[in-house]
Parts: sequence; C-alpha cells; structure tokens
Amino acid sequence: MTIKVLGPGCMNCKTLERRTAEALKKMNLEASIEKVTDFQQIASYGILRTPGLVVENKVIVQGRVPSVEQIQELLASHVA
Amino acid sequence: MKKKIVLIAALLIGWILLYNTLERLTDLIVYSLLQFQKETSLASTIHFFIYEVPKVLLLLTLIVFAVGIIRSYFSPERTRKILGGKKLFVGNVLASLLGIVTPFCSCSAIPLFLGFVESGIPLGVTFSFLIAAPMINEVALVLLFGLFGWQTALLYMSTGILIAMISGYIIGRLKLEKYVEEWVYKIKAVHSETMEDKITLSGRIDAGVEAVKEIVAKVWIYIVIGIAVGAGIHGYVPENFMASLMGKSAWWSVPVSVLIGIPMYSNAAGIIPVVQALLEKGASLGTVLAFMMSVIGLSLPETIILKKVLKLPLILAFVGIVGVGIIIVGYTFNLIY
Repeated sequence: MTIKVLGPGCMNCKTLERRTAEALKKMNLEASIEKVTDFQQIASYGILRTPGLVVENKVIVQGRVPSVEQIQELLASHVA
Repeated sequence: MKKKIVLIAALLIGWILLYNTLERLTDLIVYSLLQFQKETSLASTIHFFIYEVPKVLLLLTLIVFAVGIIRSYFSPERTRKILGGKKLFVGNVLASLLGIVTPFCSCSAIPLFLGFVESGIPLGVTFSFLIAAPMINEVALVLLFGLFGWQTALLYMSTGILIAMISGYIIGRLKLEKYVEEWVYKIKAVHSETMEDKITLSGRIDAGVEAVKEIVAKVWIYIVIGIAVGAGIHGYVPENFMASLMGKSAWWSVPVSVLIGIPMYSNAAGIIPVVQALLEKGASLGTVLAFMMSVIGLSLPETIILKKVLKLPLILAFVGIVGVGIIIVGYTFNLIY
C-alpha cells in the first residue's frame, strides 16, 4: 500500500504525516509514507487545499488534519 | 442535537450578559477594587486594557463561530465550480465576494491558484479571489467593529471588495498570462468527484466550534499584545501627537503608510488595536485604513510564496495595482472625513 502526504512542508502537513504514521502503527499496517512537496505534483491530484492524504492514488483527505482515530477509520474504509 | 442547541442558547445568553456588564465590571475593578485615581494616565491605560481584551475576545469568539458555520456551506471546490466559465467582470465580482466566505488559509494559496487556473478560471478572476480572501477576514472585521465601530468595519469591507474586484479586472485586461510560469498551464489534474459528504446541522455547529478553537487559540496572544500597546499609547501618548505624521495635512502619509505596511507581516489581530490608538491621537482615518489594508492584504511572505508560480512582472503588477488601489482608498477617506 502506498500512502502519500501532499503538502509543501507546513505545520499541518507534518502533523498529518505524523498522525498517519501513528494510525498505521495502531492498525498494524505496513505501508510506506511518501511526502509530496512539489506543487506541480500536488496540483495534479486536483486538490485545492493542503495538506492532502492520498491512499492508492485516491485523495481521502484535503485541507484538514483529522485525528489519529479518524485517519484509522478512513484508512480502514479505503483499504478494504 | 437538542442538547447542543440548548447549550449554545445558554452560552449565548451568558455571552450577552457578560458583554453588557463588561464596562461596569471594569469600572468596578479599576476604580473601586484597585483604587486607581480617575483621569490619570495609568488608570486610563489599565482601564482600556481590562475592558478591551475581554470585549474583543468575546466578539471574536461569537463572530468566528458564526463565520465557521457560514463557511461550512462553502468550500474552495464549490467556489471553483461557481467561478468556472465566468467571464471577466462578472467573474471578478463573484470571486471577490466568494473570497470573503470561502474558507481560505494563505498556506493553501498556491494549490488554490494552480487549481483555479488549471480548471480554466481566468487569471484576473483568480486574482480577485486571492486579493479578497486574506484582506477581508473575520478577525480583521471583529477588531474593526469592536475598536472602531461598525461604520469603519463596513468601510473597510466594502472598499476591500472594490479593490479586489477592480485590481483583478485590471490584471485580467492586461493579459499577463505569459508571466505565469509555463509549467502551470501544463498541469493535468484528475478531477475525481470529491466526496463532499453531506454535512448535518450538527456537523456545521461542530465546524463553528472547531473554527473558534483554531482561530482564537492562534490569535489571542496577538490581541493581548496589540491591545497592551494600544492601551499604552491611549494613556501616555499626548493628544494630536500623530497629527503631523499620519494626519490629513501630511499628504505623503498615505503612500508611506502603504509602503511601510507591505513588508510588515502581522495578522490583523496585532495591528488593529495599535492603529486604533493612533487614530485617537490624531492620525486620520484614510491613512489608518490604508496602512491596515497594506499590512493585511499585501504581505511580503505571501508575495514571495507566489514567486513559485508567477514571474516577477506579474508579481510587481499585482503589488502595484493593489497598492495604488489602497492609496486611492486612503486619500478618498482623508478627503471625505
């Protein structure tokens, strides 16, 4: 499973990355988190707000930083 | 849900009671409890501080909550959809108005710019949005309303919208598209239907609460510091001290205020209380308004971020056009008042 965190490196992006890692750990999921900081690439996902969270090339979060629990739920519903 | 509404109603009543007794409460604390002599500089400074800080924070909480609920009806995605296919002028008018209500954070300025341009929204219309969104924000309006009164808040808002509309329109007419980095026009984005989940009323109330948590936590310290400085000026700076520097007679004060304002990066929370105190000491309204707009609407860090997608001539045109707009507003109000 590939997970991408989209964002130029602002506070929110770092928080999102950290929480995603935490959520993965809690769920015992193996996945690599890739950081996408290039605006051209970020824009190609069609998001207007950072940070964004992409799972298997699908944007599941944009413009907000969900809690670890919420990320867990989101991951669970998109992985299955 | 019922519980939530009852709770909010109770909080609202508490809010009104507190807001209306604030002045008497402050008098009680400053003159009776702390036994300060009326009419002294120190007493007036402390009174100003003790009264204004809770007043502004109360207003801020209420307005940010309300705006948070209003904004839950808008999203950048929806705004993009509305603006899609709109021509200049109509597009500029709409973009400026939507700039006020669409949730926007300057950290998302670039993705938003790219997303707008990629979906075919004209450059000038995109700029109207990017000018209005940061300049007219709820924090600025609360402080203007709380410290200056509703007339000034309304003036700021309406002239701000006008500047955003006209500046965007001019940028559009000048055909500056060639000064956008080439790669911007090559972006091909996937337009998957974003799952915009239906938000319930309860969810919207939560959004309001979230907004309060986020914004009040971020700006309260600037408000306290800003009001502390303002209170010091209020109590200790002599009357008419600012008249020669920022008064009407000093014709150069408007452009100089705008120039000083550009590199100053302060959020509205810190700057408005200080400026309000200056107004009291003889600065003129037009100059003060121009200074605030320049600080809030034209910030250097944001302009530097835009450098990633725009070439220098376009950045200069943007700053220049908005700057001239602000200067015109400044002179106009110095003339009227």
